[in-house]
Parts: sequence; C-alpha cells; structure tokens
Amino acid sequence: MAIITVDGLSIETEPGRNLLSVCLENDIYIPHLCFMEWLDPPHASCRLCYVEVEGKAGPVPSCTVSVASGMAVKTDTVEVRSLQRTALKFFLSAHKVECKVCPANRQCPLQEMAKFLKVPLKSKDLNPRLKEKDLEALQPCFEYYPNRCVLCGKCLHTCERVKGQSLLTFAGRGIDMTVSFYGGLPNEEISCEECAECAAVCPVKAILLVTG
Amino acid sequence: MDETIQAQEAAILEDIGEQLKDYDQNRGSLIPILQMIQQRHQYLPPDSIRKVAEHMEIPSSEVYGVATFYNQFRFHPPGKNPIKVCLGTACHVRAADVILENFERKLGIKEGQTSDDREFSLERVACVGCCALAPVAVVGETIHGHMAPSKVEGLLMRIQIHKEMAEREKEKEKNEQS
Repeated sequence: MAIITVDGLSIETEPGRNLLSVCLENDIYIPHLCFMEWLDPPHASCRLCYVEVEGKAGPVPSCTVSVASGMAVKTDTVEVRSLQRTALKFFLSAHKVECKVCPANRQCPLQEMAKFLKVPLKSKDLNPRLKEKDLEALQPCFEYYPNRCVLCGKCLHTCERVKGQSLLTFAGRGIDMTVSFYGGLPNEEISCEECAECAAVCPVKAILLVTG
Repeated sequence: MDETIQAQEAAILEDIGEQLKDYDQNRGSLIPILQMIQQRHQYLPPDSIRKVAEHMEIPSSEVYGVATFYNQFRFHPPGKNPIKVCLGTACHVRAADVILENFERKLGIKEGQTSDDREFSLERVACVGCCALAPVAVVGETIHGHMAPSKVEGLLMRIQIHKEMAEREKEKEKNEQS
C-alpha cells in the first residue's frame, strides 16, 4: 500500500496506479478530456489534467503519473489553473457552442469544466477557428460534426480495442485535423452499425449513429 | 473519356503492385512507398491506399491518416492545365486570394482539386519568384503577371479556344487523309 497526499488529504492506494484515476475515485475533480483508464500508454493530448507533484519541476499531466508512496500532489495551484484555463479556451475557440441544440447538453465535459474553471463558454479572448463544414457523413452509418469534435481520440482507441484495428483515423493536420473513416476491414465480425462504440464513447456527441 | 481515365487508373494500380514487391512490411517503409507512388504517378489514387494497406497488413485508415498528415502528398491527379495561384507576400497584398477564389468559382473546384474532366487542376503556391509582377498566376509553364479577378475568365476562355482549335485542326487532317 502507498499513501499519497492530494491537496493535504491522505489517500491510501496501490503503488503504480494511475494518479488521475486515483484522484477521481476519491472525489478530487481534475478537469480531463482524453483519459481512458484502460489505455496504456495514455493518449495525453488534451493537456487539461495538470497537477503539481512535489519534486517535479513544473506541472505534469496527471494521467501520465504513476502513484508512488509518499507522493505529495497539489491540484489547485495558480499555475495549474492558468494552464487548464488556456487549454479549455483553445478547445472552446474551435468548438461550435450551440448547447441548446446539442445532444450532449448538460452531460458535456466542456460545460462542466467551464463551470469549474470559471471560463465563459463564449470567450472573446481567442478568435474562433471553426471548420468549414458543420456536418460530414462518416462511413458507413455515422454522422460526424467536425465543429463539435475535440479530437480527444477516444473513438479511435475504442475502435481499435473492439475490432483489433481502428477503422477511424485522424486525417489532416493542425487546425484542419478531423476524425475520418477510410475503407473497411476484411472479415469484420461485428458491423459498425451493431457496434457503434465510437459514438457511445464520444464525450461531446460529435459522432452520432444514423438509424433507419 | 471516362473509359480512358479508368484504364489509366488500372494501369497505375498494376504498376504499384509490381513496385510494392521491392518493399518490406516494416512500418518505416510506409512513407517511402507513398513517396514512390507519388513520384511515379504524381498523386495517390484512392485504390492505391487500399493496395498499400493490404501490402503492409495495416488498416487503410492508418495509411490515409499518414498520407493526409503530410502536405507533400496529393489525392487529386494533375490536370492537363495545372493552374498555380501565387499567395506569397507581394501577391497576397495585392489580393491574390480574390483571384484564387475566382478560379475556384469559374472551375467549380476547390484549391488542391482537379476538375472532373481532368483539364484543370488548381493549386496555391507560396512564391513564384517574380514579385514585381504581383499578383501572379502560372498556367502550365506560362506566367501571367498583373493578374486581376476579371482576367480569370479570359484566361480560361483562351485555353478552351486553343483546345477547340487543335481539335478542329485534327479533324481537318483526318478528313484530308481519308
């Protein structure tokens, strides 16, 4: 057993476990978007789950830290919050904020984080960087909303986990990056329509299954 | 026309299949393979992506992801009249974006694409090296300086007329021979 201190609270846990999931289990909220417990190594691309660990030079993404005995962690420092706010503002600048018509309304991690970090959903700090198309058909039975997508990669990793190989991929680069399908897999055991795990795992409902 | 395009694509695929024998399935071979295809055929046809994926035994989505990441890879065949619109600093200042958009409208394609009949392809380039002539468009090998949005139509018209004249000429020769 290892005992760690998070914001002054001591927590008993197994050594080697993921710091972010330990914190979340103990009701210590750390903003996060791309984290999936079973994914090793973690995707670690959202740059939101920063914490300060005593002995380390700067804030580190907590999803990449393994718990060790005697670790002292701070989740609420000025530097951490500033990094998180900036990251969230970047996400929101590339996100079409239309909560009223969005199926993710009220269960959206962006809304939750904005409330927690006190960042307005429609910030004027950064120029909006929306993509041209609001809706794309995604083979064979999905709809994809590029301007909702936060590019967390959860759909890709889930697809790979379910099917062994991912049918989804990141296409393009930089601000033009989207999630895209290309071709199929030979001898598919489960069809996309039956599986639809990518749509289920999407935190912002950017992938929707088209039924009927 | 469609048949010749199909025949061309089939020939390209056959050639790729032949060339792929020289490459192993190592992950590191993927980009060299894509570069080889582009060098031999000037673009990556959709079927070639599937073929490469089969050869490497990786999902075609992964090949597509890699190919779209790099700007050097094209997905559209070059047109017979490749049009390059310069958007370098000097041309940009003289509203080259308006010229590019007018080409897009008149040809009905977006920058980076090729028209369905493969007559025209449209590209933006960073600098052609004759900034004194800004704004500049390059059609084939010919440089057109001091471009204006209104000159776009004339340029396309000229190419169309040249093409029709050549066709008439051919027809005439055929008739004379027979």
